[in-house]
Amino acid sequence: MNSVEKTGKTVDEAIALALEALGAEREDVDIEVLDIGSKGFLGLVGARPARVRVTLRNSLDEKIEAAKAFLAGLLERMGVQAEISVEEGEDRLVYIRLTGRRMGVVIGRRGQTLDAIQYLVNVVANKKPGPRARIVLDAEGYREKRAETLRNLAARLAKKAKTERRKTVLEPMSALERRIVHLALADDDEVETRSEGEEPYRRVVIVPKRR
Amino acid sequence: MKELVTYLAQALVDHPDEVRVSQVEGEKSIILELRVAPSDMGKVIGRQGRVAKALRAVVKAAAPRGDKVVHLEIVG
Repeated sequence: MNSVEKTGKTVDEAIALALEALGAEREDVDIEVLDIGSKGFLGLVGARPARVRVTLRNSLDEKIEAAKAFLAGLLERMGVQAEISVEEGEDRLVYIRLTGRRMGVVIGRRGQTLDAIQYLVNVVANKKPGPRARIVLDAEGYREKRAETLRNLAARLAKKAKTERRKTVLEPMSALERRIVHLALADDDEVETRSEGEEPYRRVVIVPKRR
Repeated sequence: MKELVTYLAQALVDHPDEVRVSQVEGEKSIILELRVAPSDMGKVIGRQGRVAKALRAVVKAAAPRGDKVVHLEIVG
């Protein structure tokens, strides 16, 4: 249900009823007043209720559009040509993928530039009202490749931690990358993982469990 | 560079018409000074400077290679 029509004694009352029916907040909808209503003469003759149509705005679509437009302008000014494709996932996750030449400029050392652009895209897109979109930006499959590298690294270091029977400390990583390492070792009963230190130097530690 | 910073700042703030960027070129460096409306300072700095940090990373990436070092300064 994206749109409802409601009547009420006043326009405000009709809007309130419509918002209730949609389960929405005022900033998430478009309101069309069909009839401002009339109290009639002395409230007796010719009284007419107010009537409104309230339509739920698809705030996620608006955010995606804002993200794409901002990103296109940003890439143009960085002197990078890229194709932008969008895929919606669950829980308001939005994957934006870039393909093209000179993607190294967009990715940067260890994905630092990609993370920075992703952060700015999220801030700009979520200036629009409505629940947050969580935009994940990737270029030439960098994030997937990096995730694979991290999973391999995690497996190797877990093995090392077990054979040497001491904790192994990884290099500092972003929250997203640490999460990949934690998940990779979640099913390993012989080690424990935790994060130590303060951002931006927070790092994963792999600890062998005592037997 | 100036255009990039102006574009980024205007996308972030509530008063894009009050965004000013000036470029000061030194021998080895370029300094970009960003000015925004006082009420928009938080928008270009962000919580714990996260927005400012991201802006600097993008500006650095866009700077011509091997050339002068580019600094972005947010002026209150």
